Amino acid sequence: MSDQKVVEKLKAKFFSEILDVVEFRGETTVTVKKERIVDICTFMRDIFGYNLLCDLCGVDYMGQSPRFMVVYNLYNIPTKQRIRIKAPVDELDANIDTVSPVWGTANWHERECWDLLGIKFNNHPDLRRILMPADWEGHPLRKDYPVQGPDREPYQGRLS
Amino acid sequence: MAANTSETMTINMGPQHPSTHGVLQLILELDGEIVQKATPHIGFLHRGIEKLSEHRTYHQIIPLTDRLDYLAPMSNNLGYVLAVEKLLGITDEIPERVQRIRVIMAELTRLKSHLVWLACHALDIGAMTVFLYCFRERECITDIYEKVSGARMTSNYFRVGGLADDLPDGLEGEIRTFAESIPAHVEEYEGLLTGNKIWQKRTIGVGKISAEAAVDIGITGPALRASGVDWDLRRDNPYSGYEDYDFEVPVRQGCDTFDRYRVRLDEMRQSARIVLQALDKLKPGPILADCPKIVLPPKQEVVSNIESLIHHFKIVTEGFHPEPGEIYQSVEAPKGELGFYLISDGSAHPFRMKIRPPSFVNLQGLPQMVEGKLLADVIAVIGTLDIVLGEIDR
Repeated sequence: MSDQKVVEKLKAKFFSEILDVVEFRGETTVTVKKERIVDICTFMRDIFGYNLLCDLCGVDYMGQSPRFMVVYNLYNIPTKQRIRIKAPVDELDANIDTVSPVWGTANWHERECWDLLGIKFNNHPDLRRILMPADWEGHPLRKDYPVQGPDREPYQGRLS
Repeated sequence: MAANTSETMTINMGPQHPSTHGVLQLILELDGEIVQKATPHIGFLHRGIEKLSEHRTYHQIIPLTDRLDYLAPMSNNLGYVLAVEKLLGITDEIPERVQRIRVIMAELTRLKSHLVWLACHALDIGAMTVFLYCFRERECITDIYEKVSGARMTSNYFRVGGLADDLPDGLEGEIRTFAESIPAHVEEYEGLLTGNKIWQKRTIGVGKISAEAAVDIGITGPALRASGVDWDLRRDNPYSGYEDYDFEVPVRQGCDTFDRYRVRLDEMRQSARIVLQALDKLKPGPILADCPKIVLPPKQEVVSNIESLIHHFKIVTEGFHPEPGEIYQSVEAPKGELGFYLISDGSAHPFRMKIRPPSFVNLQGLPQMVEGKLLADVIAVIGTLDIVLGEIDR
């Protein structure tokens, strides 16, 4: 099934949830609302066969609203196809439902996303920091976290 | 058999432990010799490579990628440069010679990584001799690395749009001799291990994981293929000209440590085959793509040609600006799927670079592979997962 067909069927099922569909360099990205992310991911896995969650990560678009984006890179092993799902997450309400019941691998990816970007995953079985020490303060991959480390000048934009 | 007591003992393994292959800490809850619960703790080697890359130009990130899986640096370089080339939309402009050399080096890297894996895995289980044999062959690959890149481990050899330099004279013959010797060496290792009763007792049926569980937990690479899933990115989503080569993807059904061992040994034979085919197809030609705004010009042109000097100055001081967009590119690294997710906002730095390290995801499968099994099996399972903490912690 081509990416267009997948998107069409996804739109037919979750019309009110889809915010945007972008194609760039042959890759399809579907942006969806975060409320029904578990339903959408289960649908992607069961109906279209995206059985492998390659990667899950967060992105900080500081200055935009909503500030965060959670990105799911999916892969279908039998048909060798990829697709990307994204869900915006607001800064004041920085949480999204966990997809770890859909793909077990999401467990550690979501812990990493919480650790480095401070996005909470509701109903996650074990939401602890993973790369930083347990008593660390702040979330280092946020754009307002200085690259030099804490207690330094905040991020002022790029020099070049 | 004595009845189980309700008391368990919690022991700490690592982060300073010779069998954890780096700074991995495992908290093991034991009932006698049986592991009730295993909790991995990672992050001791976290260097913030993703954060650092947001403050560097695209070219400046290449040496950081060497430090991910430092046992397979060229595979990381390859994954990263392919991702940037895809982001720029210049994938089709990469010269043929560059693609061939990249394949040769990537397959030598696979051999190098598998040799270290076999050496350490066998040593962990108690077979000392194999370690010495494997490091003998690995030495040849580090020599080749040194001749092409000047470094034995952190190669930094690939560039966006090409290579740092062409192969030195005479090296093709050296690589050919080495690749031709590999099947005989693999026979030697097999002679030491495959039929060895102790090796079989320590590996057969140990660390089992079914195909469904492996896909669910995200395991990729040789560990997935030993659970019967026939999937290899080199064949299924070819990159860098892998579709031109004739090779087999070894798959086995045992789901255990022994079959993961056999899959990797078969992969070494296939890698040698690919290297020889690539050498046969290697023809003289340019080693840089014709994209002057992106690719660093050769040094001779910088000192003799004003335009090249300007391009060099602009690329070094400012970098290049890919158009806004996002891509995900993955390669079949020796340990599994290595992916780079890059977002460009049109500036000279990645807006976000997410690395999908195979070891990070594979390690997640460890608790379900060891729980309910013997403590000694934990060592075998850590070895068979072939983890490198450099890419787990990033």
